Amino acid sequence: MIALDRVTIAYGSGPRAVVAVRDFTLAVPEGEAVGLVGESGSGKSTVLRAVAGLIPYAVGEITLAGRRVERRRTTAERKMVQMVFQDPYGSLHPNQTVDQTLAMPVAIHRLDRGEARIARVLAEVGLGREHRYRYPYQLSGGQRQRVAIARALILEPRILLLDEPTSALDVSVQAEILNLLSRLRRDHGLTMLMVSHDLAVIAHLCERIGVMSRGQLLEVTTATAMANNQVTHDYTRQLLRSNAGFDRSSVSSGELDVAAG
Amino acid sequence: MATAPVPGTARAWLLSPAPASRRQARFGRWYRAWLGFRRNPLAMSGLAIVALLVLMAVFAPLIVDPQSATLQVLQDRLQPASWQHPFGTDELGRDIFARVVFGSRITLTIVVMVGVIVVPVGLAIGLPAGYFGGVVDTVLMRITDIFLAFPRLVLALAFAAALGPGIENAVIAIALTAWPPYARLARAETLTCRRAEFIQAAELQGASHLRIIATQIVPLCLPSVIIRLTLDMAGIILTAAGLGFLGLGAQPPAPEWGAMVSSGRQVLLDQWWVATIPGLAIFIVSLGFNLLGDGLRDASDSRS
Repeated sequence: MIALDRVTIAYGSGPRAVVAVRDFTLAVPEGEAVGLVGESGSGKSTVLRAVAGLIPYAVGEITLAGRRVERRRTTAERKMVQMVFQDPYGSLHPNQTVDQTLAMPVAIHRLDRGEARIARVLAEVGLGREHRYRYPYQLSGGQRQRVAIARALILEPRILLLDEPTSALDVSVQAEILNLLSRLRRDHGLTMLMVSHDLAVIAHLCERIGVMSRGQLLEVTTATAMANNQVTHDYTRQLLRSNAGFDRSSVSSGELDVAAG
Repeated sequence: MATAPVPGTARAWLLSPAPASRRQARFGRWYRAWLGFRRNPLAMSGLAIVALLVLMAVFAPLIVDPQSATLQVLQDRLQPASWQHPFGTDELGRDIFARVVFGSRITLTIVVMVGVIVVPVGLAIGLPAGYFGGVVDTVLMRITDIFLAFPRLVLALAFAAALGPGIENAVIAIALTAWPPYARLARAETLTCRRAEFIQAAELQGASHLRIIATQIVPLCLPSVIIRLTLDMAGIILTAAGLGFLGLGAQPPAPEWGAMVSSGRQVLLDQWWVATIPGLAIFIVSLGFNLLGDGLRDASDSRS
């Protein structure tokens, strides 16, 4: 469903260009959920944005549902890929009600029965009728993220991109959102590509996990292998150790500066 | 403010945390903004002054006889205030009260016309500059710089000299030099929200540039532009009055406040009211717009 073939992404151009992702190859079959982990600046969000069509890529090929895509997309290609952003406070327009936020994609794609669609998608993400005409400042963080998920779902996409969808939320709310996402994935047969620095979040939702560092994909492993500590790459081991919590041995061996990144 | 709204009242409907329709949500937001604005007494007095100006302009013929503003009664010239002439009469025996009342129409016309020209032009230049950036930004902002370099009053003088004096030309001259700050403001506001995730989300949904600008960015720019316009009103009124004073704005016998001050300056020491009353009118209206603008700015700050 999603295929990236030796993709290189750089910010800027000419001699001052910064290569954020180098030679990235990954395939996500239909219905599968793949997670990308890595420290800040490892390029995982950049990959997601290139797949979404928010930034251009210089080299390689991104294929969605068998068709090569560039940064400029047709309306149909836009409809197929939707994204949920990290910060539910920044991803909703502050002056628009939930209803207005959801009505815009309906208007853009000239979908029929807009009213019914909005009501249905709100029910699907667990929001009631009383939330429909509220402004974002009248909603909690978890409710906002549900609105953001509803906005992505109303176009009935086949691919859902998740950019740290729970990292701005309370721990208890995180679990609710993750359960919502796995239910939606089951119900709609969504293909998911998710980015997070939290291994537990990724392992909850994804079967396969790609580990990134400094713009490169180091290894692709499975959630089970991660849980059983069966990983091949040194960096992944460090990542696992830093996720397990504070460990005195990682300090004495002088690895904390890398692992904490 | 502390009391909870009584159920079933309009107030409860407006403050409902769960509005049932688009209309209710919108009115509720306006009502909340109004509640914030109402707490500011200075802003309320500014609003009262501006409201009074508008009412005076609309109902001018009901307040005074329309003819008395230009009716010359030469034997009654330069009379001090009396029951018949509350503000006295000018050097041609015209009732100054009637002229001030009808002058509000001219002032309001100039202010509204300048606003109607300046805001769309400022947005049309500033929004694309901030949104697209790059070459578009450079070209549009250099054009803005050129217009910013024109001295307002001198350009207005040149305009009036070329096209002949009159309100319309005064409005064009003022508008031509007043829009660049609005373009800069709109650009700056656009830049602050250009990279926001809700803009990217709209882009992902397939929204065109025009739709993103119109539905996502304009609602965020408009409040600060309107506040700026309100604060600029005083300056616009003063420039219009200045043009009137120099004889390049509204032409006699139109009761323009600036021209009235001008005509009273020969008799300023002996018949002080002739120049002072329209001067006070200019002062009060300018102050009113400034207070209103400050209040609007405070209300919009506290809400975000």
